[in-house]
Amino acid sequence: MAELRKEDEAVDATPNVTEVETVEAATETAAVAAIEAPVERGEPILQVRGLVKHFPLTQGILFKKQVGAVKAVDGVSFDLYQGETLGIVGESGCGKSTVAKLLMMLETATAGEIFYKGQDITKLSGRALKAVRRNIQMVFQDPYTSLNPRMTVGDIIGEPFDIHPEVAPKGDRRRKVQELLDVVGLNPEYINRYPHQFSGGQRQRIGIARGLALNPEIIICDEPVSALDVSVQAQVVNLMEKLQDEFNLSYLFIAHDLSIVRHISDRVGVMYLGKMAEIGTDVQIYDHPTHPYTQALLSAVPVPDPEAREGRERIILTGDVPSPANPPSGCRFRTRCWKAQDKCATEVPLLAIPERFQGSDSPAAHESACHFAEEKDVVHAA
Amino acid sequence: MLLEVRDLYVEFRTRDGVAKAVNGVSYSVDAGETLAVLGESGSGKSVTAQAVMGILDTPPGRVSGGEVLFRGRDLLALKEDARRTVRGAEMAMIFQDALSALNPVLTVGDQLGEMFVVHRGMSKKAARARAVELMDRVRIPAAAERVGQYPHQFSGGMRQRIMIAMAMALEPALIIADEPTTALDVTVQAQVMELLAELRRELGMGLILITHDLGVVADVADRIAVMYAGRIVETAPVHDIYKAPAHPYTRGLLDSIPRLDHKGRELYAIKGLPPNLTAIPPGCPFHPRCPRARDVCRTDLPPLYRVSQDRRSACHFWEETVDASSA
Repeated sequence: MAELRKEDEAVDATPNVTEVETVEAATETAAVAAIEAPVERGEPILQVRGLVKHFPLTQGILFKKQVGAVKAVDGVSFDLYQGETLGIVGESGCGKSTVAKLLMMLETATAGEIFYKGQDITKLSGRALKAVRRNIQMVFQDPYTSLNPRMTVGDIIGEPFDIHPEVAPKGDRRRKVQELLDVVGLNPEYINRYPHQFSGGQRQRIGIARGLALNPEIIICDEPVSALDVSVQAQVVNLMEKLQDEFNLSYLFIAHDLSIVRHISDRVGVMYLGKMAEIGTDVQIYDHPTHPYTQALLSAVPVPDPEAREGRERIILTGDVPSPANPPSGCRFRTRCWKAQDKCATEVPLLAIPERFQGSDSPAAHESACHFAEEKDVVHAA
Repeated sequence: MLLEVRDLYVEFRTRDGVAKAVNGVSYSVDAGETLAVLGESGSGKSVTAQAVMGILDTPPGRVSGGEVLFRGRDLLALKEDARRTVRGAEMAMIFQDALSALNPVLTVGDQLGEMFVVHRGMSKKAARARAVELMDRVRIPAAAERVGQYPHQFSGGMRQRIMIAMAMALEPALIIADEPTTALDVTVQAQVMELLAELRRELGMGLILITHDLGVVADVADRIAVMYAGRIVETAPVHDIYKAPAHPYTRGLLDSIPRLDHKGRELYAIKGLPPNLTAIPPGCPFHPRCPRARDVCRTDLPPLYRVSQDRRSACHFWEETVDASSA
């Protein structure tokens, strides 16, 4: 376990996220009751505060010595509201998938808290933790490797019931699985088939059905459509939106495809090198980005319209993303930023509404971690 | 015409029968022109390119018909050693996955230099110097120091630059880029596409860009050929196709991508799945998924109808499709 050392102490970059209303549960039963309690639409259901994950870098075979850490996630805070879709975008290595794993508790956080309905799930255990796990499910990127090739579709979708038998009693499972197949648009008669008998899009539907099996409240989708062809992508995205309405789900939608994220998300967070660079509603981020990284990212996305070829401004970044084992001091984007000044090397910019926009009701007034935040429309042709 | 592919057929022997991967594809590229070949997985876009380059795995693959005319010469009729002199020197290819396309146990300098040693008979030392020059040209920082490094020591974007440098090495007349940026992040993708476009202009090469990304195509292509089930279903200048597609499949693809510059409602989705290549439906291969399909589509294979001087569409009802699109 990587202990936080003095020099790489994470700076909480989000001072103005709302305070978490924590729930103190004296007994396990009380904790479970709190977890099972419904949350109203639009209220926060998942609150992440100062989340940090450092993977230790070691040297030596017998006597391992820690020589550093890959700072995959370094102080990330955000809220997920009930019934909404929060998109997380960023390039490879920015930590977006590690965030997903931390929320699923597939990795243990180095520091920080994850509140689910007011309870810090990093501190839960036993029945309470099991109840949380039932309510947060995941859909994976690769529909080829995330389904066991030796299990039938019925066994794959029904497996969650083995761990949580209270959701579907033994005799009822087959019917329940068939219902799920129907919900995701697959023929219920396919229950005894194996994954290899399905196409990529159909496999992703199986993955979604498995995610839905336990009636979760939150589904974390890590690049759910990036392995699919364009025409099939649209089918799966539409299905996910339909299911969200039908089952009142909250999505954390992680992807690198910015146009898909805009399409499905209510709010969007942009990550860079383990930190959140900018977060806001889809209109704020896409039409009024204020962080230079967001602007560069958006301007780099090719728009499917040859007429826009000349009209749009292209910001071509130089260089590559620095190594997360040795991130730049101050603002992590400064090594590739065209606005960088001395201040950027010494002071970590906080994720907050920039001073100049404070009190303004312009869409540019959203949280952006840049000392020199200013609005720039890079998506629309001039 | 620099390259002309005429009525090319490629098939693969598989356990489930013969997969007809390419079924009568014709296209051409002029010097200095960028042709985008657009299609989903299994549309035959990469297989066509492999047949053109002469790097198809045979068996199980087999070119069962057609001609590939390069500067008027039919490459398919050439002997293997004659083809080798064309490959690399006159036409070169850039692959999607640079890490698996580069040799992991040779330094990038050796791999770049090999081109000059084999094709130009240079000494190892002279070849190494040319390798550094090439790396400079594709803007790899500190080229002189990095020439002795191995592929795994480079980032994805840098590796793709090395692939481009290798393709450019002998200044070929034609470059085939098969999904050159699919594995890269958007900001790096923009860098690599810009570099490719710049070098193409400088050297006046023809470029065949194979991709599934309609955004990339709109950015760089002069002309587009859309492929479906081993056939070209529409070919047109880039501006026309985005304004008013003349084939329902192209139309469907354009409608199914979410747009960055505005948020739509439900996405249009082409129903069903691409056909199994061992059992392509009779008539128009797209008819089971087509919203305009009628009886004739189920029985008659549509030829490439002439839409205008430089546009073709393989749809019996292309007029309707164009009208509906421009309405």
